[in-house]
Amino acid sequence: MSHRDTMLPALPAPPEAVRRYTLSRFVGSVALGIWLAASVGIFLFIVDSWSVEKLVKYGPNFISGLGVTLTLVSISIVLGAILSLPIAYGRMTKNKWLSAIAYGYVYFFRGTPLITQLFLVYYGFGSFRPYLEQVGLWTLFRDAWFCALFTFTLNTAAYQAEILRGAIQSVPRGQHEASAALGLPTRIAFLKVILPQAMIVALRPYGNEIILMIKGSAIVAIVTVFDLMGETRRAFSRTYDFQMYLWAAVLYLIMVEILRNLWTWIENRLTRHLKR
Amino acid sequence: MQAAFAALSSIVSWFATILDPLCGPIGLFQLLPADSLLSCGDAGWGDEIAYGFLITASLAICTLPVGLILGFFIALAKQSEEKSLRLATNIYTTIFRGLPELLTLFIIYYGLQILAQRLMAGFGYEGPVEINTFVAGMVALGVVFSAYCSEVLLSAFKAIPRGQYEAGDALGLHRGKTMRLIILPQLVRIALPGLGNLWMILLKDTALVSIIGLPDILRQTGIAARVTKHAFEFFSLACLLFLVLAMLSSLVFSALERRSNRSGVGR
Repeated sequence: MSHRDTMLPALPAPPEAVRRYTLSRFVGSVALGIWLAASVGIFLFIVDSWSVEKLVKYGPNFISGLGVTLTLVSISIVLGAILSLPIAYGRMTKNKWLSAIAYGYVYFFRGTPLITQLFLVYYGFGSFRPYLEQVGLWTLFRDAWFCALFTFTLNTAAYQAEILRGAIQSVPRGQHEASAALGLPTRIAFLKVILPQAMIVALRPYGNEIILMIKGSAIVAIVTVFDLMGETRRAFSRTYDFQMYLWAAVLYLIMVEILRNLWTWIENRLTRHLKR
Repeated sequence: MQAAFAALSSIVSWFATILDPLCGPIGLFQLLPADSLLSCGDAGWGDEIAYGFLITASLAICTLPVGLILGFFIALAKQSEEKSLRLATNIYTTIFRGLPELLTLFIIYYGLQILAQRLMAGFGYEGPVEINTFVAGMVALGVVFSAYCSEVLLSAFKAIPRGQYEAGDALGLHRGKTMRLIILPQLVRIALPGLGNLWMILLKDTALVSIIGLPDILRQTGIAARVTKHAFEFFSLACLLFLVLAMLSSLVFSALERRSNRSGVGR
């Protein structure tokens, strides 16, 4: 047995790995530089044309526009969720007629642009004014806000029905068979076994759908609803100041990012039991 | 040069008139009586709407390669080991996936105009500068498309096992050749369904350019609706034309998918 009395001298540090100056590093620096230049340019542009007067005058309008956007989207998402239940049922049923009708509905609303649907309702339903007046619905369909709500509800119902159908069908067959083996009635099995698993699958697409609706709702500005985009357009048409659009962009980005992060948090929270 | 361009454009427009599915010699609207709302010629709106159909289709087709190529390089940058490159591309996708398409379109349309104006003012030109709406629409839609496309391609890249790159190295292939001969064919197969969805979204987003004044389907039917007071019929026609485009492209995409899966290695 031998031992050392003195400490070994420390070895010199290994030579630093040479970080070669690669092409991708160059491109990355250039791209970051472009972003930096763009943000500095935008900042200078805003400073250049900044006025407190405009902020005081149009700031409250932007906030109210934000409120209109959020109400419109949240009401239509909720109503669309309710309407999507029978459509999803129709898509999954074996009844040929029901499933054909549901398929046609979904195909129409997913195959045409939202803005065309909005125009069809807002301008097109005017052709049926006598009938609508007879039924007493004309006051509703004369209102651009209601037309937007109506269109968005129908549109998002089609998308949500597909999300729901996909999620329910993604639950493996074995789950149905297991609940049948346990002697659960079909209704209970659906509510307690199938649906909870389907909802976890559907969570992310639902979040995407809400974000898509927030972004898509900007088009109501074209039919004279003063949502965030509408207020932006109004402010721009009065001041010819480009920074109005930049404010709106910032507000939209904040909205979408908050929602996205919130959704990630919810998803992590709800799928804790699936993590290993 | 000018003459060659003129000849080329006249040939292209001649082809367009021959092959026009709505108002050409074998067009759909030719079946209608001559004095109907949709007949081609001065009496009806058929030729205007056919022109809009052409504009919508060509805008989508012109945007596709721009968005695809840009999206491909962004996806490459996103999986690079270089931090700055990843950061820069992540900023890009966050911005353009978060903004409403309409707002992007406005920002690019008016922003390009202001930029061009300042630039021209720097050169001493003080007149009004107008950006072509087709180009503005192409840029805006292409940018949005590329942001989404990069995500689809990134997840497709992640689905390709490392061994494929290593196999390329083992065969002594150059990096570009590995990409072209080994990775890309698999990438296309994996990404095709996602890209098909993005194409449908792009097709629907082209309707937005009608707002900045490009005479596409929606704008032309809107004008017809305002003039003739048959709003419901014309906007239904617009929906129908978009549905036709969607159906045609789903046919094309299923053919493409069949073609890319013909090796049968898929699953």
